[in-house]
Amino acid sequence: MNTLIYVSCLGFFCMIAEILNQRKLIIPVLVLALAVIFGLNLSDWNHGQTYFNNMVQVDNFSVAFSGLAIFITLLLFILASEFYAASDTHISDYSAIIIFILCGALMMFNFNNLAMLFIGIETLSISLYVMAGSRRFEVKSNEAGFKYFLMGSFMSGFLLFGIALIYGASGTFYLDKIYQYTQTNSAILPVTFHVGAVLIVFAMLFKTSSAPFHFWAPDVYEGSPTLITAMMSTLVKVAAFAAFYRLISHTFLYVFPSVETVIAISAVLTVSIGNFIALNQTNFKRLLAYSGISHAGYLLLAIISLRGNTESSLLYYAVGYSVSTLAAFSVAMLVFKAAGNENIDALNGLGKKNPLMAATLTMAMLSLAGIPPFAGFFGKYYIFSEAMKNGYFYLVLVAIINSIIGVFYYFKPILAMYGQPANEIEVKTNYANNLVLWVCLALSLALGLFPDLIVGLL
Amino acid sequence: MQETIQVAQNLPSTPQTWYLILSTILFSIGVMGVLFRRNAIIILMCVELMLNAVNLLLVSYSSYSGNLEGQVFVFFVMVVAAAEVAVGLALLVSIYRNIASTDIDVLSRMKW
Repeated sequence: MNTLIYVSCLGFFCMIAEILNQRKLIIPVLVLALAVIFGLNLSDWNHGQTYFNNMVQVDNFSVAFSGLAIFITLLLFILASEFYAASDTHISDYSAIIIFILCGALMMFNFNNLAMLFIGIETLSISLYVMAGSRRFEVKSNEAGFKYFLMGSFMSGFLLFGIALIYGASGTFYLDKIYQYTQTNSAILPVTFHVGAVLIVFAMLFKTSSAPFHFWAPDVYEGSPTLITAMMSTLVKVAAFAAFYRLISHTFLYVFPSVETVIAISAVLTVSIGNFIALNQTNFKRLLAYSGISHAGYLLLAIISLRGNTESSLLYYAVGYSVSTLAAFSVAMLVFKAAGNENIDALNGLGKKNPLMAATLTMAMLSLAGIPPFAGFFGKYYIFSEAMKNGYFYLVLVAIINSIIGVFYYFKPILAMYGQPANEIEVKTNYANNLVLWVCLALSLALGLFPDLIVGLL
Repeated sequence: MQETIQVAQNLPSTPQTWYLILSTILFSIGVMGVLFRRNAIIILMCVELMLNAVNLLLVSYSSYSGNLEGQVFVFFVMVVAAAEVAVGLALLVSIYRNIASTDIDVLSRMKW
């Protein structure tokens, strides 16, 4: 909870720095402050409390995911120092809005009340609509922002309708009270409660970009500035999944059969659609968008496997996925800035020109494809074995077949980097980007070799 | 507590289900509008209609059960709806400056 307050203060700091004309201070201060907040956040570990009349509940689950979110934002700000030119007059607005996205994400980890969930999702989404459209002279960015806005507000209508129906049936917004209500009335739950639960699940499926609500993702990812795309596919996806898991595991256990069917169908659709459409993408950002959709499908398996040690495998998968995706995007950011387009061809011959970037991108792709010894492999392994323990044999089968298909398109960038003759694109590196690359490379290897670092935590 | 009892006593004789049906109809009109209209401003209005249908539902549930939480939630919804419209219109203005149209079919440069 204190984490959330500190982070909000950082957002105000950005705006005050603009008034005082201290734009150069913003990013160094943010990076330092986020590192400090990361440490302060960990002090809540095993000291879970509730705040604001139980509306916010801090527990180890939320502390772990908050730590991950803050860490991702930290890396994004290190990248932002080069992504936004020093002369950019909007740097304070952008950083303030990115900080408010983080605030929304933190609320989504801590909520114990549907109002808190709603406010968290909207804080996150409204800030993202702005950031997606932040290149306001480019029609593509406009299109991305507006598409995301339209679909997002449409689906938050469904979220609200679901919340209203659940409130009507149970008379409360508190997760624990709704749970008690479903426990005592499990045999005679009104239809409206089931409908409400399913509507909320639809909205969460949209936020996690799962099929059949995934259509926004590729377009929005392609049109947004690359830094924001990186944020959407890491921070926002992690936040949506953590909130989704919290909702299902805390509240919907007694309506689980109706919710489970919806999520299982969506998981099958998501992995299949994500992987098959990714096969013939030539735009790297779209490729990563479809890769993100397919990973959403694997994560949905974790959402419905409630028995067992699912929380920590969800966390492990989220960390592995975020680190690899962030590495891929930090390479993409520089290469595509130099190339002027976002096609995979722009990567041709990167292996000779810049071995570090090529090695990191290779690591990222192998990890996303689920090839050992990187984090992605163990993430998939844990999630699939949890799902097997819960008896979803056919779902796991579909997921495994799809992850084999996934290997094909993840090898496209690798082949381009090492197998093709070099093109004449000059990629300028910088310290900030190299730092992020090294961190991602080290983390992904460390987590792959020592999965116990995270798996035993929750 | 006194207030909640007051709210409950002043109920009209209309059954609550009618409010549920009314707000479902309003919500569906909003959904249909978003799906089938092509003008961005009308789509924004339809999104508002959806949110207001939810508000109506929340208020009716709240007053029928004598529990004020639902009415407080309505304030949250109204605040968020206002923020959403502000952002949506700002995006629309920047689109209009670039392509001089509010027809969302023009916004289909990216596909598959």
